[in-house]
Amino acid sequence: MTTVALKPATMAQALTRAMRDAMAADPTVHVMGEDVGTLGGVFRVTDGLAREFGEDRCTDTPLAEAGILGAAVGMAMYGLRPVVEMQFDAFAYPAFEQLISHVSRMRNRTRGAMPLPITVRVPYGGGIGGVEHHSDSSEAYYMATPGLHVVTPATVADAYGLLRAAIASDDPVVFLEPKRLYWSKDSWNPDEPSAVEPIGRAVVRRPGRSATLITYGPSLPVCLEAAQAAEAEGWDLEVVDLRSLVPFDDETVCASVRRTGRALVVHESGGFGGPGGEIAARVTERCFHHLEAPVLRVAGFDIPYPPPMLERHHLPGVDRVLDAVGRLQWEAQR
Amino acid sequence: MTVMEQRGAYRPTPPPAWQPRTDPAPLLPDAAPYRVLGTEAAAQADPGLLRRLYAQLVRGRRYNAQATALTKQGRLAVYPSSVGQEACEVAAALVLEDRDWLFPSYRDTLAVVARGVDPVQALTLLRGDWHTGYNPREHRVAPLCTPLATQLPHAVGLAHAARLKGDDVVALAMVGDGGTSEGDFHEALNFAAVWQAPVVFLVQNNGFAISVPLAKQTAAPSLAHKAVGYGMPGRLVDGNDAVAMYDVLSEAVRHARAGGGPTLVEAVTYRVEAHTNADDDKRYRADSEVTAWREHDPIDLLEKELTARGLLDEDGIRAARDDAETLAADLRARMNQDPALDPMDLFAQVYAEPTPQLREQRAQLRAELAAEAEGTH
Repeated sequence: MTTVALKPATMAQALTRAMRDAMAADPTVHVMGEDVGTLGGVFRVTDGLAREFGEDRCTDTPLAEAGILGAAVGMAMYGLRPVVEMQFDAFAYPAFEQLISHVSRMRNRTRGAMPLPITVRVPYGGGIGGVEHHSDSSEAYYMATPGLHVVTPATVADAYGLLRAAIASDDPVVFLEPKRLYWSKDSWNPDEPSAVEPIGRAVVRRPGRSATLITYGPSLPVCLEAAQAAEAEGWDLEVVDLRSLVPFDDETVCASVRRTGRALVVHESGGFGGPGGEIAARVTERCFHHLEAPVLRVAGFDIPYPPPMLERHHLPGVDRVLDAVGRLQWEAQR
Repeated sequence: MTVMEQRGAYRPTPPPAWQPRTDPAPLLPDAAPYRVLGTEAAAQADPGLLRRLYAQLVRGRRYNAQATALTKQGRLAVYPSSVGQEACEVAAALVLEDRDWLFPSYRDTLAVVARGVDPVQALTLLRGDWHTGYNPREHRVAPLCTPLATQLPHAVGLAHAARLKGDDVVALAMVGDGGTSEGDFHEALNFAAVWQAPVVFLVQNNGFAISVPLAKQTAAPSLAHKAVGYGMPGRLVDGNDAVAMYDVLSEAVRHARAGGGPTLVEAVTYRVEAHTNADDDKRYRADSEVTAWREHDPIDLLEKELTARGLLDEDGIRAARDDAETLAADLRARMNQDPALDPMDLFAQVYAEPTPQLREQRAQLRAELAAEAEGTH
């Protein structure tokens, strides 16, 4: 086994590399969206793709999300693999009808004759000081739609590996990119990118014995930091990174909760009707006899995403996670 | 002084880079719908084409009647009739080559059947045993689309992809007058024009979106006029004139195939029957209006031309009706058999590989079915 020099790389670079490698390996892969070509995307995630593969394969489209996704449906019907960029979370809403009425169910309504291998890249979540409509966490909407895979990386290596898997998938994938992690760096070897990660598997990022923090995307670094801080309180926290919300990895999550007996779900989107409710219910149904305390949630408030100067009060941070960890000492509280 | 008046005093000169990109004049539709039947031009029409159109119109009318009867017997959940619009339906199918694609809306079963899809399979959605009864790839017919105008961007994407691959494939997409108010209509036309995609948009303006008349749908001079704003030609045609429909659509298909880009065709027609069997059209229109349109019937118009030119006699009419009757009898017989349904199909093809969650649910249903079969449930 050769050792390779690991260099720091950003999540944005890993995503670009994933698209580049996918386009080089498969001529049917097409990147499209507003500003993805000449500009390289407003986050520069598609930087250089138009130059390398031509404007027919990395296309600046008219500014119309339903049109972009709707055209991608037709392109996929003709055998292409469109990778669509939605620029910002809340900008994807005009495309919801296409996503829900067509993209998610074309395979099913045609009895498998017409699978749609479309990747919808959605930069999502807050923490970058964006103004209104630039920081939503829409994952619950996507999760509630059968026929879609919903994937969200939290590390540089996963950004590469999961995006390659999403593009290679014969089913539509909503690929949620935590935009506040775009510039997070990690040791990664861009000359020899890591393997493609199968969609649907959670991973234990930090082993522990006292409780399980179940999280994904932008909240993973928060949970890891909280776990570090909790050590001082005598808590040995396990952190599970879901990576894929659909399909959901009950096995990894429940194995962890059975080990620790306590579980806390952490995410940025609102708690009411949010992913945490589903996860808490699944864990309770499967691990009830192992639980020492109710499954708790730390989520964003149930409010429209706040203006940037107030977002730090809304986003679940380390303190809020640690408070909830304290509440997991159920016996002591009773 | 109003703002408008103030602006009137200040007349900016456009910067030198600004030029109108297209002369709108050639894109504008004619003032009146294009017609062939009943004019001198009809004498030029190819007899073979006239006969082919006639046979298909008669079959289409009979198919509409049979499908409507099937709703009364409870065999179809719903049927949106296209009586009066058969010329649009038939022409849309006949102008396409095998390699071309048709993108129908829910009212376009007739176009789907004229394209060669099995009549029973074309009705699967409306019978309710599955969403799409046919394999779209086999006949190059997209699934019948229930949401309005959402299939139009698909047609654009498919045509664009075909052109990128170097295939001379054309996509023809059908939409109603109501559908032209939807955002997807706008986005599809704009994409098609910007990409110069080989697409033909056929609007069947049948007067009503369920109960809402065209006057409440749009303030445009005609729906065909909308084309100009996108930079594509708009064509206005008598939708009850099968020959005119065929002419205009073939021209648009030729134009698209030759790399000329998209065309918007507005067929002015009328929905003689109610929106569906669930609709009461007496609440929103007068009988006299319907009667007037019945007198401009697409089959009568063509029959007159064929008879006048000696291309059709009583025997010919009877032969066409017999053929249509055979189609109806076959449809009736096959639709009166209960479809064989497998409940396990519910889980088939949600994903290429079922998720663990769907596997659990599939096992649950299988157990329920087994218990049902043993009579223990």
